[in-house]
Amino acid sequence: MSTLTPVGGPALVPGRPAVSLRSTRPRHGEAFMRLLLRFAAIVTIIITAGILIALLVPSVEFFRTVSVFEFLFGDRWAPRFADASFGVWPLVTATAWTSGIALLVAIPLGLGAAVFLSEYARPGLRKVLKPVLEILAGIPTVVFGLFALQFVQATLFRDWFDLDTGAFSVLAAGLVMGVMIVPTIASISEDAMSAVPLSMRQGSAALGANRMQTTVRVVFPAALSGIIAAIVLGVSRAVGETMIVAIAAGGQARIVTGPLEQGQTMTGFIANAALGDSRVGSLEYDTLFAVGLLLFLVTLLFNFISIRFVRRFREIY
Amino acid sequence: MTLLTTGLGAHIRSASIRGKVQGGEHSARSVLFLIALWLCLFVAFGVLLTLIITTLIDGSSRLDSRLVTEYPASAPERAGFRPAILGSIWVIGVTAVLTIPLGVAAAVHLEEFADRTKWFNRVIELNVQNLAAVPSIVYGLLALGFLALLGVQNKNIVIGGALALGLLVLPVIIISTREALRAVPLEIRQGSLALGATPLQTVWRQTLPASIPGIATGAILGLSRALGEAAPLLILGALVFVSFDPNGLLSGYTTMPIQIFNWTSRPQAEFHELASAGSILLLLILLAMNGLAIFIRNRYQQRW
Repeated sequence: MSTLTPVGGPALVPGRPAVSLRSTRPRHGEAFMRLLLRFAAIVTIIITAGILIALLVPSVEFFRTVSVFEFLFGDRWAPRFADASFGVWPLVTATAWTSGIALLVAIPLGLGAAVFLSEYARPGLRKVLKPVLEILAGIPTVVFGLFALQFVQATLFRDWFDLDTGAFSVLAAGLVMGVMIVPTIASISEDAMSAVPLSMRQGSAALGANRMQTTVRVVFPAALSGIIAAIVLGVSRAVGETMIVAIAAGGQARIVTGPLEQGQTMTGFIANAALGDSRVGSLEYDTLFAVGLLLFLVTLLFNFISIRFVRRFREIY
Repeated sequence: MTLLTTGLGAHIRSASIRGKVQGGEHSARSVLFLIALWLCLFVAFGVLLTLIITTLIDGSSRLDSRLVTEYPASAPERAGFRPAILGSIWVIGVTAVLTIPLGVAAAVHLEEFADRTKWFNRVIELNVQNLAAVPSIVYGLLALGFLALLGVQNKNIVIGGALALGLLVLPVIIISTREALRAVPLEIRQGSLALGATPLQTVWRQTLPASIPGIATGAILGLSRALGEAAPLLILGALVFVSFDPNGLLSGYTTMPIQIFNWTSRPQAEFHELASAGSILLLLILLAMNGLAIFIRNRYQQRW
């Protein structure tokens, strides 16, 4: 054994490597820096914990006064009235209307744009169209809100189409919100379709399918999990969008029964209530956080479903 | 009705047979499908164009120098965006200083050092993905709760707004930095390590410099999103009458989107014109930022 000992090196101990790749002296500076980097990553966990605590603590206070049952299933929302009532149902119906209308617009437009960009557009056209889509994604929601209120509701619906509607409607807010979500749905589902291997398209073409048949019967099903992820993320964005609905959907919390009615969404309520200066610890202040908690939980559910589906298509190809 | 549908079906069937002879791309269904796709793009871009044109028409009467030099006023013809523009610069500047180093550090840890087989690191990754999709107004509530916890009486301070927007931008920066780091080939790292550099030196002298264009693009896009964001600042009481230039971290402020929202909710048409003119200004700034990001991406990004 001792004959194998390298000159000047440590004696070879059976079962242990003779030369260690570890540095000969500890690098305290390096270890410290890596600790800092690690901490930066942990900050993101702290933020989520912070959100939960910040929402839960006032919500617990809120639910001491108002029962969870009354909050979730009550059909009258009047937190500021003398005979206050805290049924969140009117806010939920308004959110459902605006989000539903938005998705009716965004799903076909977004998927159509994605299919075109991924399967049909030549590289030159793609290079032009993608930045335009990015510009659409970069327009501030306040500007979309102003557009919904001034043009879609006032000019288009009332002046041109002469519809029986007031100054606000969930339809105007929903339609414009739909256009806002198009880039989200388009870019994620285009990623998913581009990830489908070329060989599958070639195989389909070799069997005699044309481009449309290949797209609809091969590429689309293969990219389905990514497309579902895109749509679910779109739902999450629609539910959480604030400024468009705060500007164009209206401010009275009543159960919405038709698209031309006005209605206050969950986010619209939070934005509006925050304008009035509510004291920390008052019931009004706690109400904000209770609605915020409901909003956070709903979007959390959708986000996790979306992330799951994205993982699936990333894993397959 | 039945006659009509069968007639249509027969027509399509015969067309598809004819189509197959020609290679299948010109069958009626294929052509209709392509037309539908074009229509999708056309509608989306048509709305974009309509939005820009109507905003331009509404705001054109107020697109003058007073828009940027005047303070808000009760008379619309004397009102302007000066404090809102300065407020936006302050808030976004502080946001950038707070989030870019933190976001890049977190991304370096996740991409270069974290052991992905450990559950804790997987939780962090999942968490970042979720944070990127949390509604912006929730970040406003978080910042509001945080300021209340610290016992801050006046919520309308620059650092408070920057905190809320920073939380919003952080996941965007982390995700884009990770993508930029991932694009740097493994051989660069291996070469550096083989020459005796420590892992941290490798990151600092090779990997990070190589991914700066990607990081810059992501950071600019993230900050431009923050610049257009109004909801979290609304929660923090930024909708106030500001007739002074913000001058520090604890100064009161309002920002451009908030000022636009403020004037949108007034009844007078003159204020709506002012809001439209402000929207054009904001769109121009955002377009310039987006253009810069795309330019950096195309000009400096290395293809390995």
